[in-house]
Amino acid sequence: MRSLLRFPLKKTLLGFAVTGAVASAPVQAGEVEVLHWWTSGGEARAANVLKELMEAEGHTWKDFAVAGGGGETAMTVLKSRAMSGNPPSAAQIKGPEIQEWGELGLLGNLDDVAQAEDWDSLLPEVVANIMRHDGHYVAVPVNVHRVNWLWANPQALNKAGVEVPTSIDDMFEIADDLREVGVIPLAHGGQPWQDATVFETVVLAEAGPDFYRRALVELDPEALNSETMIDALTTFKRMRTLMDDGMSGRDWNIATSMVIGGQAAMQLMGDWAKGEFTAAGLTPGEDYICVPAPGTESAFTFNIDSLAMFKARDEEAQAAQDDLARLVLEPTFQEAFNLAKGSIPARSDLDMSAFDSCAQRSMADFKATSENGGLVPSMAHGMAVRASVQGAIFDVVTNFFNDPDMSPEAAAERLANAGSSLL
Amino acid sequence: MSTSLSPARAARAPVKRSALGALTDWIPRLVLAPSVAVSLFFVYGFMIWTFVLSLTNSRMLPSYDFVGFAQYAQLMANDRWWVAATNLVVFGGLFVGICLVLGAGLAILLDQRIRQEGSLRTIYLYPMALSFIVTGVVWKWLLNPSLGLQAMVRGWGFEGFTFDWLVNPDMAVYTLVIAAVWQASGFVMALFLAGLRGIDDSIIKAAQLDGASLPRIYARVVMPCLRPVVFSAVMILSHIAIKSFDLVVALTGGGPGYASDLPATFMYTHAFTRAQIGLGSASAMLMLGGVLAILIPYLYSELRSRRHG
Repeated sequence: MRSLLRFPLKKTLLGFAVTGAVASAPVQAGEVEVLHWWTSGGEARAANVLKELMEAEGHTWKDFAVAGGGGETAMTVLKSRAMSGNPPSAAQIKGPEIQEWGELGLLGNLDDVAQAEDWDSLLPEVVANIMRHDGHYVAVPVNVHRVNWLWANPQALNKAGVEVPTSIDDMFEIADDLREVGVIPLAHGGQPWQDATVFETVVLAEAGPDFYRRALVELDPEALNSETMIDALTTFKRMRTLMDDGMSGRDWNIATSMVIGGQAAMQLMGDWAKGEFTAAGLTPGEDYICVPAPGTESAFTFNIDSLAMFKARDEEAQAAQDDLARLVLEPTFQEAFNLAKGSIPARSDLDMSAFDSCAQRSMADFKATSENGGLVPSMAHGMAVRASVQGAIFDVVTNFFNDPDMSPEAAAERLANAGSSLL
Repeated sequence: MSTSLSPARAARAPVKRSALGALTDWIPRLVLAPSVAVSLFFVYGFMIWTFVLSLTNSRMLPSYDFVGFAQYAQLMANDRWWVAATNLVVFGGLFVGICLVLGAGLAILLDQRIRQEGSLRTIYLYPMALSFIVTGVVWKWLLNPSLGLQAMVRGWGFEGFTFDWLVNPDMAVYTLVIAAVWQASGFVMALFLAGLRGIDDSIIKAAQLDGASLPRIYARVVMPCLRPVVFSAVMILSHIAIKSFDLVVALTGGGPGYASDLPATFMYTHAFTRAQIGLGSASAMLMLGGVLAILIPYLYSELRSRRHG
């Protein structure tokens, strides 16, 4: 654009468009290509906020959205792009996967932005560690999802004359009353990740965050094959008695709609379930209840989406990438994005008054648990261990949950093997 | 002049004819060359590449740190692989067997010059027009204990009726057989019907004159004539069985747990979602080995006996 400006004729021809763009352009304007799978209605709008912010800074935003739940398709595309030596500027990569990409030497360095914006104090240590590879910031968190939520339908509970449970034992106690009035106590979908979500919540409730960390994050074989784990597995299998026969292969949002419709009373699911309640026009606290999963009030299993930055090709791209990283963590985007997505901002210093009561509770617990050590990464959602180990754990958990003949002792032993036997 | 010209002409003519002949010889090869090259590269080239990857420790992206047959050793120690392999034997065996029997039976019944044969044939053949995804989803609803058959029969008052194969880890693989047989047996029927129509009536009449009973005619005369049909049906069905992926994904999702996993879904899960490309490639090579182990002897015996016969 600057070279065009040398010719007065062209300048006049291009008119306001050029002058307008030049006026707001920073010293260096680059292009960012962002691979993500925020493609559903609310998410797409939220991602658009980031695009507008980047364009206001004078950069060009090249959208690289790959639809397909869970991002499997997107990751396949990303791998082929990375192998051909042409990765995008940034990609939606989370958890330990960031480390795998870092080890391949493909990720850039965000230390300058991080220092200028003081990320070290903005982000809790557990979260910052996930964003760093080899001591350097390589990714920026977008949001925080809480996984250990219990969603309940107050009408269904009232019909049976029971209260919201506050411990796993309570859940079993109120189950009979709920069954009597024809309500399924716990809505669930029999898919491996959903089984694992219930499993990690039960482990957290029964054995506390310290044990959780030892077993499911550090993969300590002693913890995995301990009495505590066997007890947790026994309780986990007992959770089946709260569920219905038709759960096999059911999607999570179908289970949520059972709670909304009152066929089921409760569901253990992360806070993305709120989107379903909101879409049904319900208000938290009145039409539906959100409480931390019974027995896990003082803990917080997080699932954080992040954008990892690939090495920039030139200075302009680097400048654009730095601006992207800065904007992602700035209040404007954090608030807009998380209001749309049902999660909470990744920085804890924001005004939460625009958010609903569930999100406010989530933020309060996020702050509290990052102080007292109750903040743990979610194994079921790929935040704690690598995909291969996570897969091996899923296999054991889901097989144990569905196989009536498998003993908790055998499952615990296989969990310990799963954690250590991979190449 | 004329005498000197004619030998020259005579000498030139064969040269010309042979150049044209060479061209005619080469044209088919030239035309085929691109597709041969493409399939050499994309089929056999990638097969070799998969084999190479199966010897490496590739995780998320292909790497070339060779670890020998360690991935195969790990695969052999993997419970889920054995579940998938056993399931393939059960599923493949039952699927091919039941389809053949049912298809042949239907074809023989339809061949009795009955009324409305055309529309009946269409009814049986139509499931083949559906994709396995549709079949999977429909049967998933039918077999779901709280939505489908079980709920319906219980609704009629038979409270004790239980049909929960879909959610029972021991029986889930048989739901795959049900859905796949439903889809493919009409197609096998069409193959057999075409075969039956192709049999010379005079052979059957001759057998009748010799006093053979109808079942005996079918067993000793008709069925041996249909051997090529059985051959094509087995070929087509067994490759459907080994490639089955979409049906599992739509019907059971590999579940409950991983009770109804097949090698194809195992391979996909490990290579593409669990960042274990090495292990996934090893399982793909074993699948290829399994296919060859079944197909080569069968092809060999069928083709040899046909040449002799």
